[in-house]
Amino acid sequence: MVPADFLPILVLIIVAVGMSAIAIALSALLGPHKSTPTKLMPYESGMVPVGDARLRFSIRFFVVAILFILFDVEAIFFYPWAVYFRRLGLFALIQIVVFVGILFVGYFYAWRKGALEWE
Amino acid sequence: MLPTLSVLNLNGAVPQIAVAGAGMLIMLIDALFHRGSRRWAAYLALLGLAVALARVVESGASAETILDGALARDGLGMAFALVLIVAAALSVLVAMDYLRREEHERAEYYALILFATAGGLAMAMANDLVAVFIGLETLSISLYVLSAFFTGDAASREAALKYLLLGAFASAFFLYGIALLYGASGTTRLVEMGTAIRLAGTQADPLLWGGVALIIVGVGFKLALVPFHSWAPDVYQGAPTSVTAFMSVASKVAAFAALVRLLVVVLAPAAPLTSALLALLAVLTMTVGNILALAQDEVKRLLAYSSIAQAGYILVAAVAGEVGAAAVLFYLLGYAFTNLGAFAVVLAWSRRGEGRLPFSDLAGLGFRRPWTAAALSLFLLSLTGMPLTVGFVGKLYLFGAAVQAGWTWLAIVAVLNSVVSAFYYLRLVVIMYMREAEMPLALQRAGLALGVALAVCAAGVILLGLVPGVALDWARQAVAVVLS
Amino acid sequence: MIPLTWYLVLSAVLFCIGLYGVLARRNAIAILMGAELMLNSANINLAAFERYVAAGSVAGQVFVIFNIAVAAAEAAVGLALILAIYRSRDTVSVEEVDLLKG
Repeated sequence: MVPADFLPILVLIIVAVGMSAIAIALSALLGPHKSTPTKLMPYESGMVPVGDARLRFSIRFFVVAILFILFDVEAIFFYPWAVYFRRLGLFALIQIVVFVGILFVGYFYAWRKGALEWE
Repeated sequence: MLPTLSVLNLNGAVPQIAVAGAGMLIMLIDALFHRGSRRWAAYLALLGLAVALARVVESGASAETILDGALARDGLGMAFALVLIVAAALSVLVAMDYLRREEHERAEYYALILFATAGGLAMAMANDLVAVFIGLETLSISLYVLSAFFTGDAASREAALKYLLLGAFASAFFLYGIALLYGASGTTRLVEMGTAIRLAGTQADPLLWGGVALIIVGVGFKLALVPFHSWAPDVYQGAPTSVTAFMSVASKVAAFAALVRLLVVVLAPAAPLTSALLALLAVLTMTVGNILALAQDEVKRLLAYSSIAQAGYILVAAVAGEVGAAAVLFYLLGYAFTNLGAFAVVLAWSRRGEGRLPFSDLAGLGFRRPWTAAALSLFLLSLTGMPLTVGFVGKLYLFGAAVQAGWTWLAIVAVLNSVVSAFYYLRLVVIMYMREAEMPLALQRAGLALGVALAVCAAGVILLGLVPGVALDWARQAVAVVLS
Repeated sequence: MIPLTWYLVLSAVLFCIGLYGVLARRNAIAILMGAELMLNSANINLAAFERYVAAGSVAGQVFVIFNIAVAAAEAAVGLALILAIYRSRDTVSVEEVDLLKG
């Protein structure tokens, strides 16, 4: 592809942005403005919000989140293996089992040390 | 190529497997039966290191690859691996009583030391930039956690955060440099990369030069070379003293091993420019490190600046490329004994719960603790480079390599710097023996393990200083066998 | 096909944004994010070079996967440290984390 091939996309972006800009501008200029407390609420006909949105989360979320990141990312090592699983054969399977075993050491450690307990 | 056992050549990877395996075993056992003393973890760590050491020593200098070419089992790699394992074992011995005294005796400490060592081993034996990077990160991340090991201590935590932020920053430079070198040569294997660069010539390839510059910046951060040194004094001071001891030696050994291999195998065609760049860094590092060390009044921080300056001396020989490789190796062996020994004394003498050891605390200790004081004096003399110690032979060899490669002015700068350094090293000796204590320090009994570590360090410094021939020959033969 | 230079420019721009974040921000988490951005810009380079320079080898892509894992480990340790400091000092600004200056 050369840059010129992207011209239609550029035109599309300009048209899309322009149309929505015109629509917003027109409604702002022409529409009546009567604001009531009900109208200013985040969800006009929804639930009445209670309290502050910026809650402090329990520290537990954090530990679980960190563990999740680690084990989640380790899972990407399975993808290349899974794609070529049939061609790679038994030896690669043994290797991936060893890898999972090493992961389990970490998992087991986190579990026994109480990182997964909520209370 | 499909993976098979023969391609992996796992037999050659026994050092890494033993070290990392012992670390994982410690974590498992600790998670299963976590009660009582953690002494066993230290013994298990020493066992793992002993297995690795035995494997490193028995395997002769044969240039073969392991793990499908990712690692090289050649003389250079095995020699640096040996220094690293010895340093790790000494660090374990040094830490055993200290951790108990500070009430932070936990098995994870030894596991992390082992993981860091495994990372360092990968760097020392790497034949692939992927392995260099993974090794570097394994080493660094373990060290970040170790720096924060005294969880109740705010200084320890802050040191770790500072180390981590600057370390991640440095890793990014290093990785970007690796990516550019990959672009310049089309491979990550060091040997093939060297061939590609030699064939293509080095004229005006922006990818190559950009990559080299970024890699040197990244390594410079890890080695605390000036002007990338700003983290080192704070981290060395804030981290637990036993961790500082390990970090000051292990990360230098591993990073210099990787640097020497890069210079010899990959960047030899680009030598004129890399040498000039490294020479500039060496001059800055030695001079700034020594001048700042002069202004200190506390031993741990002084040793931090001193190890910055020491990295500058070692860099003088690295500038010489292939000629200086043996000198770098020999000096690092001596430096491991000397620096670990010096930090071990600091750790034995510092007050409980406090990492600092102000100069005033040293007063009078020359006579109250004659053996330990004699050992510290020996280490300080060796760091200065006094004859009859390993520091003298090592520096002679370092600066000799620079002269041999035509960098005479650099060697002269290094010698002048050594003279300056004598002032602050010897001042400590003077304080120990010549000054009366105003408030005598309440000393703890040093444990047996610490005593053994100190004795080994002192013996190493003296033996390598008196009869350096054997070790010098070993170093020369080892670096002659490089996979290329 | 999009030329290689474009990828290199993109990654260089990302690298500089990350660099700016590390140097200009005072919040430890923002600094960490800057460093991670720098690592990821290198990943773009690796993948692009793998496609254009070293076609046929998989080293570049495999390296990217390793880097993602390494970056996650680094971020986990970093966040844990920041959290520990925040709990004791109630700040994550690197200017107020200054026990060791001097």
